[in-house]
Amino acid sequence: MKKRIFILLGLVFLGLPLTACQANSTDGQSITAVGSSALQPLVEAVGEDYTEANSGNFINVQGGGTGTGLSQIQEGAVDIGNSDLYAEQKKGIDAKKLTDHKVAVVGITPVINKSLKINNLTTKQLIGIFTGEITNWQQIGGPNVPVVVINRAQGSGTRVTFERWALENRTVLQTQEQDSTGMVRQIVASTPGAISYMAFAYVDNSIKTISIDGVQPTNKNVQSDKWKIWSYEHMYTKGEPTGLTKTFINHMLSDDVQNNIVSKLGYIPINQMEVTRHLNDELQVSK
Amino acid sequence: MNDEIKEKLLKKSRATRSEFRGRIISFVCTAIIVTVVVSIFYFVASKGLATFFSNKVNLWDFLSKTIWNPGSTDSHGSPQAGALPMIVGSFAVTILSAVIATPFAIATAVFMTEISPNKGYKILQPVTELLVGIPSVVYGFIGLSVVVPFVRHTFGGTGFGILAGTFVLFVMILPTVTSMSVDALRAVPRYYREASLALGATRWQTIYKVVLRSSAPGLATAVVFGMSRAFGEALAVQMVIGNAALLPHNLVSPASTLTSVLTMGMGNTVMGSAANNALWSLALLLLLMSLVFNLVINKIAKRGKF
Repeated sequence: MKKRIFILLGLVFLGLPLTACQANSTDGQSITAVGSSALQPLVEAVGEDYTEANSGNFINVQGGGTGTGLSQIQEGAVDIGNSDLYAEQKKGIDAKKLTDHKVAVVGITPVINKSLKINNLTTKQLIGIFTGEITNWQQIGGPNVPVVVINRAQGSGTRVTFERWALENRTVLQTQEQDSTGMVRQIVASTPGAISYMAFAYVDNSIKTISIDGVQPTNKNVQSDKWKIWSYEHMYTKGEPTGLTKTFINHMLSDDVQNNIVSKLGYIPINQMEVTRHLNDELQVSK
Repeated sequence: MNDEIKEKLLKKSRATRSEFRGRIISFVCTAIIVTVVVSIFYFVASKGLATFFSNKVNLWDFLSKTIWNPGSTDSHGSPQAGALPMIVGSFAVTILSAVIATPFAIATAVFMTEISPNKGYKILQPVTELLVGIPSVVYGFIGLSVVVPFVRHTFGGTGFGILAGTFVLFVMILPTVTSMSVDALRAVPRYYREASLALGATRWQTIYKVVLRSSAPGLATAVVFGMSRAFGEALAVQMVIGNAALLPHNLVSPASTLTSVLTMGMGNTVMGSAANNALWSLALLLLLMSLVFNLVINKIAKRGKF
């Protein structure tokens, strides 16, 4: 008798996940968005906002990185793939099958440890630092402190954007790498002579931003493309979006969301950009 | 009457049937576990070997070259996947942390079993158990905010590097090695000690010449077990080692381990690309190493039977 109970329990246990899934899908719809950790906070916030307004519809948001987002959407395993890069820029992705939705813009700024009394760098100096030619802050008029360069992981969207627009695609020095912006911020804040880069949204007063060639890293300068280091945040779908995916992306692009949540979280709304940057880096003035 | 007995004898009894069912259940469970293990091996191996077969990376280059940039190709057109910096980093932190942890662990174990088996054991046992239970991210965080600045102020450099990784791993493997050493010392039969004391040996002489010597295989198992834990630890090490795919030229220069490069790179590469396959090769290497550690443990354990 006891064994029979065990078997019954086992069956119930095995059956539970199946029934749970069914319950979920009959209740309402749900979609999954996976990828870029830079875009994740925005999608999460908008997703919650959407669920509140349309109860029963769920937006599951997961991180994992740009590479994960693009490869998952390519395989059709998820509904939306979040990416910091154009799909064409990533090796191993067939961009023709994917539809691009640009939902926001992020500006990226170099950041340094607060104890360094440096406010401005020229592009040449910045390149010198990241390629390893400048190894002490003394060489560019700073204090006698060795330069500690902290990079993001290879293939990270932020790093690709920074290397393209700030370092003119030079081969950078092999150096310390961190896989999250939070870690980068903490390390730059606590290591004398440290320099790294991050999205505007993550900058707080534990670290210091610097101007490049006299241009300050502000949203306004990004909008006019005076500050070159910025990238689009993409939400990719496989083919044209349908159903909940379509409504959610439309919600994301609606003026209400763009003007409120997007700017509140430190991203720059698409419709405020005065320029459009195409895949081939061509600029087009739109306003 | 006769028929009834005959029928009963020929029919399967309840006990037989329930035994049969039990056998089926345990067989199914075992089969599932074996399938899972085999498919993990198959998956990691097929992905990891793709680097050598479809991306044409030379195995020797993979093990001996120092440039890790599998996303781009070298002059021969094969990805730059030189894993030597990570291999060196992994072995360096593993061996160094084991070297530092072993004397502490054995001393603690001796104290707990030989010197103060009652009071000392009662206090130290929960302490080591507690240390085992602390999640590795907590160790990593403490490493980042305490050990790294300490290393920076005391030894120079940025603080990130093999030394910081060693310190963090030392604390992480200490409880494992300690509790296994305690088991090894306790397994030494009581009459070994009694015979030694009866011959007029002091307590220290007994510990040093009899107890430690006879439990040596068990202690070695404990150390190897700690090493395999150190080798596979990812998160805590990643937070303090600096993650630079460079051959470390000293203990305070940023370095990387197999695990730290793996966890950092997985999210940023696309399944099936050369960069992703190279990461799977690192995973395969880790899997093979843990197999080696297991074999070593088995070999030592066989020698250590009383």
